Parts: sequence; structure tokens; C-alpha cells
Amino acid sequence: MKFVDEYQNSELARRLAHRITNRSTKTIRLMEFCGGHTHAIMRYGIRQLVPKTVEMRSGPGCPVCVTATADLDKAIALAHLPEVIITTFGDMIRVPGSYSSLQQSKAEGADIRIVYSAIDAIETAVANPEESVIFIGIGFETTAPTIAASILKAQQRKIENFYVLSLNKLTPPVMKALLDLGEVKLDGIIGPGHVSVIIGSHPYEFISNSYGVACVISGFEPLDILLCIDKLVEQVENGQPKVEIAYPRGVKPEGNSKALQLMEEVFEVGGADWRGIGTIPQSGLKIRKEYERFDADKAFSVSLKPVREPKGCRCGDVIRGAATPPECKLFRKVCTPETPVGPCMVSSEGACAAYNQYGESCE
Amino acid sequence: MLIAMCLAIPVRIVSIEGDEAETEVAGVRRRVSIALTPEVNVGDYVLLHTGYAIGVVDEAEAEETLKLLEEIASLSEVR
Repeated sequence: MKFVDEYQNSELARRLAHRITNRSTKTIRLMEFCGGHTHAIMRYGIRQLVPKTVEMRSGPGCPVCVTATADLDKAIALAHLPEVIITTFGDMIRVPGSYSSLQQSKAEGADIRIVYSAIDAIETAVANPEESVIFIGIGFETTAPTIAASILKAQQRKIENFYVLSLNKLTPPVMKALLDLGEVKLDGIIGPGHVSVIIGSHPYEFISNSYGVACVISGFEPLDILLCIDKLVEQVENGQPKVEIAYPRGVKPEGNSKALQLMEEVFEVGGADWRGIGTIPQSGLKIRKEYERFDADKAFSVSLKPVREPKGCRCGDVIRGAATPPECKLFRKVCTPETPVGPCMVSSEGACAAYNQYGESCE
Repeated sequence: MLIAMCLAIPVRIVSIEGDEAETEVAGVRRRVSIALTPEVNVGDYVLLHTGYAIGVVDEAEAEETLKLLEEIASLSEVR
């Protein structure tokens, strides 16, 4: 695959890792903020390639994982309303809520369909005019513009039975929240590549300016990630933290202006609840009043029982980078991909699923 | 199909019709929305995420990064 295979060369990767080892003298801790990076880092054994001086932590970059249990409960309750079809990205369906999961609801007869794209959700609405089709809108800035575009498309096509439950979240505010929390001291951040395709590099400036932490935006192939780590190590060694783009074939400093414009048109920024972190101001996207007829929150009301968090599950700590998956007592014992207790074991981008899939050697 | 939420793969634009495009990757064709990247041309590579092209691959920058990687590698002989 062009623009992929070239960045997977194992000989180049070994040499790059060698250079990182040679120049790394300080013990540092890096966090990847994107679940895609978590997956790639484990898959390609990047943790074993970098020197012992470089510690890697996973952060809150798995959209399914950071979805608050209360929001998940709401999605499940919506699924049980009459004449409703729930459309959702696949990972979401197996995440346990307080009392049930979408998968369990589906087994009980609720109409829940996995879609690849918000466009598929619109087509589901067109094909089922007697039903209300609700799309569970999860994801960060990578996904939010696609959902905005689909709402605009639905309006243009005058589709009356399409709704979105907007649980979309923003990356810079959660980075700030974790840095303010100070629970895990970080020297550098592996910036999310595809979030940054949309928002560019400017929104991260506060990380180096206000917190003195290095931030390098990375692609998703092994050479991309190693190049990013090389730049982060260089910045920390030189004591000159700044924001850099190590993925310039995808990311421009200004981002994608069209995508930002559509997001701004459809969504407004508001507080959002994050699993393991709580409410973070200005970290979520809500549908604007002008488009409220597509807002599932406005169109449907459901009553919810009190939230119950899974006992013993440390997903919240894992999301904040305060614990690694093997530090959770349930990991691989009670909590497995077949019987997940928390979302971090369900989603392919969850740290627990990645640790579980790619092995012993990471512990 | 389970997808990684921030996964985006580079696909080539084969033809364009309104705000949609036919794309190709590894022999697989797929219709995608170019509502977020209206500037694309046939032959461009775009990053495909959940049915939408979210960005255009900058081929010159891709070359530059490869050159940089090879330069670094040539300076880091592994003994």
C-alpha cells in the first residue's frame, strides 16, 4: 500500500531505534494520546525497540473507552424505545454499561446495526422511513467532521428520521486536564496524527508554552512513530520543548479548514463527561440549536437508573495513564476480550486489548 | 467490520462525481465522500476515515520524510 509500506522498513526501524538509544541520556516518560498509536506501538513492538530510558504510557485516546458509563446507558435505553434503530461503530456494541450492553439489547430484540460510516446510518434512515434511526456519535476531531457532514447531508436530502446522539470529544482539552491533574508526570506527548489532520498543530502550543512538555505529532506506521520518539527525545535532551509535526504528509499546521468549518457550523463546544476523568469543561461537541431536529438528546427522552461502574475495573486509571493494564487485577483473569469488564478490553484501540493481543513481552 | 476510530488509510482518487469520489486501494474500490476535501483531484491520495476523505496526502512531504529517514539510518550504522 503506497504511503504505508515505505514506513514499515524493519532495517530502517532498527537503525532509527539505535539512534534514539544513542542520544537518550535522560529518563523520560512519553504518552501517546491516540488509541491508534496505542495499537500500533504494541503491534510493532515499539516499546521493546526504544531504550529503557524511554517509558511509554497510553492516554485517553480510545473514543469507546472514554465514553462515560452514563452516556452508554443512555444509548442502551434509546435502543429499547419502540420504532428505533440504533446505528453505531462496531466497538461500541460490546462495551458493558451499568446493567447491560448494546449487544445484550440486540439479543433481546432491539434493532442495533453496526455501520462503518455515518453515511451508512443515513442510508439506513432512507431505507426505513417508518423508524427513527439514531447514530451514536463517538470519536474525536477525526470523526466529528464526518458526523457534521452527515447531518448537513441529511438536512440537504430532507431526511426526517435521522438523529445523532453526540458524544464527540475534543483532544486538546483532555490533554490540558491531564497535565493540570499532574498525576502522571510527562516529558513528551506523541500527538494524534489523524486528529491533527483536522485541527492542525496550533491547538497544542499550550503544551510546550505553558507546561514545558514536548509534543510531536506522529503518523501510524512504525517508522513514523520512531521518528516522532526520536524528535521527542531530542527536544527533551536539548531542554527545548516545542510542537513539531513528524507526519507532514498528512498534517498541516493549520489543519483542514473545510472540516473545521463544517464542525463549527453544526456543533458547539460544551462540557463533556469522560470515563475515569469526570466532566471536563469545553471538551465535548453538542449539536447547535439550528440543527436540533437531528439531536437525539432533544428528540427522545429516556429515564436512566443510577450508574454502576464495573467493580474492580481500572479502565479509568488506564485512561489517565495512571496504571498500565497489567496493574489491574482483573486483566486477563476476569477481564478478557471474550468477557470484557471494561471498555479498554473491548475496543481495538483500548490499551488493555492491545496489551492482551500483543503479548507477554510488554509487561 | 471493527474499525479503529482514528484509523485513516491512504486511498487513490479514481473519479469524482459531485461530493463523492471513487477510490482504489490494493485493488479494492470504494465510494467515499469528499465533502471534507473538496479540493481533491483525480490521482490524488486521500486519507480515508469512516467513509470520508479527511485530508489529502502531501506527496512531496512524504518523499521528504522518507529521505530524512534514510539519512538518519545512514548515520546510524548498527554494529
